[in-house]
Amino acid sequence: MTRARPQRGRQLPIVAVTPFPRAAASALRDTRLRANLGRATRTIREKRAAVVAEVPDWERLRDRAARVKDDVIDRLPQLVAQFARAATAAGATVHHAVDAAAANAVVTELVRAQGVDRVVKVKSMATQEIGLNEALAAAGVTAVETDLAELIVQLADDTPSHILVPAIHYDRGQIREIFARRMPGFTADSDDPAVLAGAARDYLRRTFLAARVAICGANFAVAETGSLVVVESEGNGRMCLTLPDTLIAVVGVEKLLPRFADLGDFLRLLPRSSTGERMNPYTSIFTGVTPGDGPRRLHVVLLDNGRRRIAADPVGRAALRCIRCSACLNVCPVYERVGGHAYGSVYPGPIGAILSPQLTGQDAGHNATLPYASTLCGACYDVCPVKIDIPAILVHLRQQGPKPAAERAAMAWLAWTMRDRRRWRAALRTARAGGRPLRVLTRRHGGRLRRAPWPLSAWTTHRDAPLPADESFRDWWSRTRGS
Amino acid sequence: MAPDLSALFAVRAGDYRAGVRQCTPAELPDLLATLLAGASGVVLPAGTPPDWTTRLGPPTLSGDTLTAAELDAPGLAVLTGCALAVAETGTLVLDGGAAQGRRLLTLVPDHHVCVVRAEQIVADVPDLVIALSDPTRPLTMISGPSATSDIELNRVEGVHGPRRLDIVCLPPA
Ligand code: SF4
Repeated sequence: MTRARPQRGRQLPIVAVTPFPRAAASALRDTRLRANLGRATRTIREKRAAVVAEVPDWERLRDRAARVKDDVIDRLPQLVAQFARAATAAGATVHHAVDAAAANAVVTELVRAQGVDRVVKVKSMATQEIGLNEALAAAGVTAVETDLAELIVQLADDTPSHILVPAIHYDRGQIREIFARRMPGFTADSDDPAVLAGAARDYLRRTFLAARVAICGANFAVAETGSLVVVESEGNGRMCLTLPDTLIAVVGVEKLLPRFADLGDFLRLLPRSSTGERMNPYTSIFTGVTPGDGPRRLHVVLLDNGRRRIAADPVGRAALRCIRCSACLNVCPVYERVGGHAYGSVYPGPIGAILSPQLTGQDAGHNATLPYASTLCGACYDVCPVKIDIPAILVHLRQQGPKPAAERAAMAWLAWTMRDRRRWRAALRTARAGGRPLRVLTRRHGGRLRRAPWPLSAWTTHRDAPLPADESFRDWWSRTRGS
Repeated sequence: MAPDLSALFAVRAGDYRAGVRQCTPAELPDLLATLLAGASGVVLPAGTPPDWTTRLGPPTLSGDTLTAAELDAPGLAVLTGCALAVAETGTLVLDGGAAQGRRLLTLVPDHHVCVVRAEQIVADVPDLVIALSDPTRPLTMISGPSATSDIELNRVEGVHGPRRLDIVCLPPA
């Protein structure tokens, strides 16, 4: 059912086509990108810290939320069925999609049935994960992103670089240029954010009023009631959820919550962790269809796409608790310097480093390099509202993942050497003897080796290597205390 | 309990750049007339208490039948009540009940005025979730005017929803 798909997986926007170290190296050369990112992540970090400090029982909240999500992961099939029953009873049509291709086919068919060639979209990670816009384009349907940041990225023919603020890598000057080039009717010559947002408002309002089909995701889906929850700021979500006749929601099964009452905790955790606000401007909660209010047809596509397989991994499954708040991105020293594109996936940052390789399987593209995109400093774990131990999962994935041949050979040799005391001491002696001349050469860099010859070059491309000490501890001991 | 919650609600809603005012029921018609004086028309959902609108200047329109395009007319404002409100976060909650109407009424016009009674205010979001009479109604939670922070994280009010949100708080009955 949910097998890895090496061939087709290549096209999925959660597959890195470049090894992370190489993508990161080129991102690091872009100083404007780094300045934009640094400023943005610092701002959100500070806002988040302030509003989290306001909540006295934050830690208990995190524990409770983690437990609720683990319960969801334990009981996925049962809760999926319960949600489907409740939503259907409320007038929705529920579809089940095992993978991206199946979900895209269902949505494309539903759009075709309405006879439109243009749909409006609420920002949704699930639809990005499956490459829905591209699939619709192949069927002759234009999907218009209506979240301001997504619109910027779409007009720039770019891909998002952050879960929450996808255009975080652009400054206002760049955004004005993009609008001037690509937005119909754009005339403003100012790069004031209010002017730019106003231009997007005018452009999109015409689009909303004409739209007959909208596509959205959901931040939460409540099994007990069949309700969907969409959290946003701009009102573009509300436009899409209420104006068109037909609404199609694509929802990853891990978004389920068992009870409506669970929303109490999660709606406290999400905005504070995500935008650093006590509450986001708009939250819509709706169940099925309501006569006279909003769409007449609601379709919910429940997406698996590897999630049940992840749920079966005792360590990796905690990644499914993620509520996509993006707090872990904003504290990550690696993300802050390289930005989202280096991860080659719509899920960047620490969560992306554990989610993408698990969703696709580590043999897809270069996703096996993502678990190494971390310093394991643990900052992501500290901020995660559902307490995902991201560093532990990174290590777990590194252990499971494929190893380069040189590393496997080196480890095998090391194991053989260390099994025998005499072999080990001989090896150390050789290393010291070899290190002595190098010490003179590397004095300039504090006695550290910057570039070693192959095969050791694989190690020193990304870090300096210390030289072995002149004298071993044993030798030092017997020289000073021994005889 | 209730007076403290109203005070906290007023501060927190104000933090979101909503205009917040307090008044007695007797003062309400005049205050609403002042807030809505500049509108080209005022949309009223079904069930709006008649005594809210006795002093309104601009023409009133019934929210029942207006299309989205009609609601998009320049200068239109909408006057509603709410189902509940949350003190901690300064949030209004509408559920389509009396004096609230369809979801697009509070979305398309550029100015939203909402009346909150002190009894409707709960402490925090978990209390709200429990207090909702029927969670399967279409619920809209509103915290301040529509806003975006997508351009260099500068907050800009009013991308798609109302650019102006005024809240009038009534004291406990
Ligand atoms: S892993 Fe945690 S911190 Fe990161 S996006 Fe998911 S919920 Fe937020």
